[in-house]
Amino acid sequence: MPRDTWLLFRHQLRLTLGGWFGLVFGVLQPVLNLVLFGPLLGTYLGHDSWQVFVPGVLIQLSLLSPGLAGFGILFDARFGVLERLRVTPASRLALLLGRVLTNTVVLLGQAVLVIAVGAAFGFRVPVAGLLIGLALLVPLAAGLAALSYAFALTLRRQELFAPLSSTFVVPMLLLSGALLPMSAAPGWLDAVSRATPFRYGVEALRAAFAGRYASGTLTAGLAVSVVFAVAALTIGTRTFTRRHS
Amino acid sequence: MDHVIEARGLAKSFAGADAVRGVDLTVRAGEIVGFLGPNGAGKTTTLRMLTTLLRPTAGTATVAGHDLIADPAGVRRRIGYVAQGGSTNPSCTALQELVLQARLYRTPDAPARSRDLLAEFDLADRPIGSMSGGQRRRLDIALGVVHRPAVVFLDEPTTGLDPQSRSALWDHVRRLRDRHGTTVFLTTHYLDEADALCDRVLIIDRGRVVEEGSPEELKARLGGDVVTLEISGDVPHARSALAGLASVREVRVTGRTLRLTVAPGDRILIELTRALDAAGVEPLSIQHTRPTLDDVFLALTDREAAARAA
Repeated sequence: MPRDTWLLFRHQLRLTLGGWFGLVFGVLQPVLNLVLFGPLLGTYLGHDSWQVFVPGVLIQLSLLSPGLAGFGILFDARFGVLERLRVTPASRLALLLGRVLTNTVVLLGQAVLVIAVGAAFGFRVPVAGLLIGLALLVPLAAGLAALSYAFALTLRRQELFAPLSSTFVVPMLLLSGALLPMSAAPGWLDAVSRATPFRYGVEALRAAFAGRYASGTLTAGLAVSVVFAVAALTIGTRTFTRRHS
Repeated sequence: MDHVIEARGLAKSFAGADAVRGVDLTVRAGEIVGFLGPNGAGKTTTLRMLTTLLRPTAGTATVAGHDLIADPAGVRRRIGYVAQGGSTNPSCTALQELVLQARLYRTPDAPARSRDLLAEFDLADRPIGSMSGGQRRRLDIALGVVHRPAVVFLDEPTTGLDPQSRSALWDHVRRLRDRHGTTVFLTTHYLDEADALCDRVLIIDRGRVVEEGSPEELKARLGGDVVTLEISGDVPHARSALAGLASVREVRVTGRTLRLTVAPGDRILIELTRALDAAGVEPLSIQHTRPTLDDVFLALTDREAAARAA
């Protein structure tokens, strides 16, 4: 299984990196957010707006990029690649994990780019905080990618996948408090927000980047992310093996 | 191992509707077997069951020495499958796909094996998106045999190809068997393909195997040879003279033309002209046609339709 995962990961990664066009445009939107919206935010939040906004953009990236990962598997299903791989002895789990691993690694690369652009605007982060923050993105991205694959395989309709996924991902983004801190929200919105995993991700990321390593916020964020990843990967694996028996 | 595929009572129903209702089939090592049937007869469903892609609702099968239900992973290691609609990513190159496939099967020296296959199937290492339909189909087959499987399943291998590409593909399929002893199980609805390529043909209709045999046997048994005669004289007289012969199965008359269905045999024309001589009838023209597999197929599906109507 690990060997198959590695083989499929390498293959998928090379394909993704070969399609640099999609890669650039995948990261362009969050970067544009940073450039076009970030300065405006400074007017309201003062000089530390980048410390609030860069973690938000990273969560936005983690939602949009792995959240639409399932699109790729529908493409493979249409071209018969998925079926070809299913007839090989490759482990069913590896067929999922190889892809999830690719999405996660690509996301980390994009995240580093966003942080670099943020740094050019004045965003500052300690090295330990940066590493913890990136580690926090891994379970969120992997879990979301696994869910996206499960959804794509259940739906099986390429034309419906993007609109339905956006209907899920965009509210998740708004509720996470990635764009504006949820502390400013009315009580009910804050309560709904607390029911979504990404809220905790955003807050933990801000805590990590601010160097508040011992805070309960960081611990809670890590715990929620890991629980989310385990649940999502379980659902993903179940769907994948059931549809691929 | 003598029997590469042995299936008994294989059945599949989708949401209560029977797609395949109890297929029995046996394929021997080194055979090229054609699985024929009209659209929706259950060809692809049967193939997908035999290749572990669909779980049968009933029945048992052994494929390449492994039990289909108990050991699907064992089956997967020993078979190749080439799906109907292609199997490659257009943004990969041929070699990338072959090497991945070879590694997933743990083929020793995957890059070398992949390059050998490119040569064997007359392919260059190009982006798949820029290949012709025929080249892509050959690559699909190369991917299906990268691990030298005991049996390769081809689902409508030449659908949509031009005549040159089709006959080139047939050569490749024959070579697989002749050089490597690979058993080939293919579905098709091109009867000329089955006739040109297959040692044996199974005909499936409405989810059941309704006939099987070599193309020659089936033609002899079900099609019969046809002799068409044009007569200058008394047509009813000629008809009664010919209808009495043991080798004549059926006579149809249209104007001055008699169409006889006869038992296959090299002496049939001599026999017929002698009978006409004896009856004092002069034939204007006489034509002998061998049946095609299309005739067999149409006769069979007619018979099935008639049986259902009855």
